[in-house]
Amino acid sequence: MATVDIREVRKAFGSTQILHGVSVAIEDGQFVVLVGPSGCGKSTLLRMLAGLENITGGEIAIGERVVNNVPPKDRDIAMVFQNYALYPHMTVFQNMAFSMKLAGAPKDVMEREVQKAARILGLEQLLHRFPRQLSGGQRQRVAMGRAIVRNPQVFLFDEPLSNLDAKLRVQMRSEIKELHQRLKVTTVYVTHDQIEAMTMADLIVVMNHGRIEQAGAPLELYDRPANLFVAGFIGSPAMNMLEGHIADGAFHAAGGVRWPLPPGAPTSGEVIYGIRPEHLHLDPGGLPASIQVIEPTGSETQVLLRIGDASLLGAFRERISGAPGSALPVSPDISLVHLFDKKTGQRIP
Amino acid sequence: MSVTAAETWRPRATQQGWLSRLFDNKAFLIVMCLAPAIGLLMVFLTYPLGLGVWLAFTDTTIGQRGIYVGLENFEFLFGDPIFWNAIFFSVFYTGVATVGKFGLGLWLALLLNNHLPFKSFLRAIILLPWIVPTVLSAIAFWWIYDPQFSIISWVFIELGLRETNIDFINTAWPARWSLIAANIWRGIPFVAISLLAGLQTISPSLYEAAMLDGATAWQRFRFVTFPMLLPILAIVMTFSIIFTFTDFQLVYAITRGGPVNSTHLLATLAFQRGIPGGQLGEGAAIAVAMIPFLVFATLFSYFALARRKWQQGESND
Repeated sequence: MATVDIREVRKAFGSTQILHGVSVAIEDGQFVVLVGPSGCGKSTLLRMLAGLENITGGEIAIGERVVNNVPPKDRDIAMVFQNYALYPHMTVFQNMAFSMKLAGAPKDVMEREVQKAARILGLEQLLHRFPRQLSGGQRQRVAMGRAIVRNPQVFLFDEPLSNLDAKLRVQMRSEIKELHQRLKVTTVYVTHDQIEAMTMADLIVVMNHGRIEQAGAPLELYDRPANLFVAGFIGSPAMNMLEGHIADGAFHAAGGVRWPLPPGAPTSGEVIYGIRPEHLHLDPGGLPASIQVIEPTGSETQVLLRIGDASLLGAFRERISGAPGSALPVSPDISLVHLFDKKTGQRIP
Repeated sequence: MSVTAAETWRPRATQQGWLSRLFDNKAFLIVMCLAPAIGLLMVFLTYPLGLGVWLAFTDTTIGQRGIYVGLENFEFLFGDPIFWNAIFFSVFYTGVATVGKFGLGLWLALLLNNHLPFKSFLRAIILLPWIVPTVLSAIAFWWIYDPQFSIISWVFIELGLRETNIDFINTAWPARWSLIAANIWRGIPFVAISLLAGLQTISPSLYEAAMLDGATAWQRFRFVTFPMLLPILAIVMTFSIIFTFTDFQLVYAITRGGPVNSTHLLATLAFQRGIPGGQLGEGAAIAVAMIPFLVFATLFSYFALARRKWQQGESND
């Protein structure tokens, strides 16, 4: 187990800058999720951590040791690939034992370690199968087993769940989290799925265009997104954003609707008003809203609302019925309203 | 949601003609689609092969219809040292050339699988020996091996490394090695390009996983590349062995089986005896003698190398 220190790391392929100076300090035993849209550089950063990509600038340290020029096999890390990268010509046992075989471990040690990992992952019955005889979830477990037997300082996961179906993904998500709680190994996990990030991480690092937009605990990102990108990326369904300006102690959205301001808001200026769907409440004396579409999900009801010129999504615990066009007045929970500067996209205050 | 049912358009139920019903008939379709292929195979493959096998059991010569003589041709060949020499050289030629082709071809494929500048250009160049008609390259080699005008001899003499011309094809062993060299040169592209195609099917993440597992470059080849390449290697090797064992053009164009019959392959000997020598029955017998070798080579590479449990997806127990 070890800390991981990423200091001002840059990456360029030719003249294309992929990462523009990224710094993350990862504590020993922490579960860190790098999250962001495709092409944001999260996988590249992970591969640099693994030693599969060169580091153009900056430093990566695992424990006390700077590993910029250390080959992958000497970094004491294990990685789970998106396509699992299981050796198709080896059985599950051979796949898991491969690193020990290369290291010249004696047979009984290999047997013991593989059995131990197989027990943790419930793979005992599958050790003699070939990868193509396994289901997606089983392959995923073998890939993790291969990482576990290495007993590494750091686990790296590169979008490990994206090849699984939705149900299995939820199941594996909690299995990975449970595994981490059990082994307490520093873990860096890459995903583009913000729900995975929210549910698994101790620390989420939101990346976009090769930069870190915000790093923090999951609920910190949800409660106080630092900018428009994070506000839109974290949370599902996504936050509603309204353009407009502040005047006379209220937010004036296009279409002439006056929205109440949170405490400590500025008294004037062009801003973006953000309110999460779940922070709108039914309120007979609230803003004049009309129903566009109702989507009942059982546990909650999502309603696409028309307020002034804007369409907003509301998520309510109540069961709602009503014809499209009928009125459904709502008000925002003002303590949970987010304001962002229109020019910079940064949070106010 | 149509307003009235009468306005809804419906396709007219058409009565099919006898022709379209015939073409919908599965049995008719099977016969009709298979007939051309079977016809071609019968006329151009089965008939010549059958005729060749039949001729091997007759004493047919050119201009004279033979009679059935049983195993007489084979009995004669068993006592013929030239025939045994041809068998020896065929096996030797195939064995050495295959090792050479696969050694160099695999090496070349591994090189070309890396990121190289001008990669596609290099790949095109590699194919050259293969796309030149064999007889042309054989003639080129004939010149290269010429006792008087050999360019290799010339280079060595100019460099002062030798005083006299090299004897390439006028004594038995140098001639054999020269032919094998020419065959390797011709065979490398096929092997290299086929294996390169095989290499490119191996996912790069497997190499990355192996790298993280601590494998050196040699171990990555030994434990990842090679086993994953085995199935395609087996197929390519089967073809290569068949082509090499039945080779005719190179040998016939360069040495015509000489000097003193020392470089005859079974194919050249069969031709020599059958067409210029006129002994069709005996030539056919020599050709038939190749069949067991080819069957064995095919079965060996098919069963020993091609079938891999990890590819089959069936239970391993």
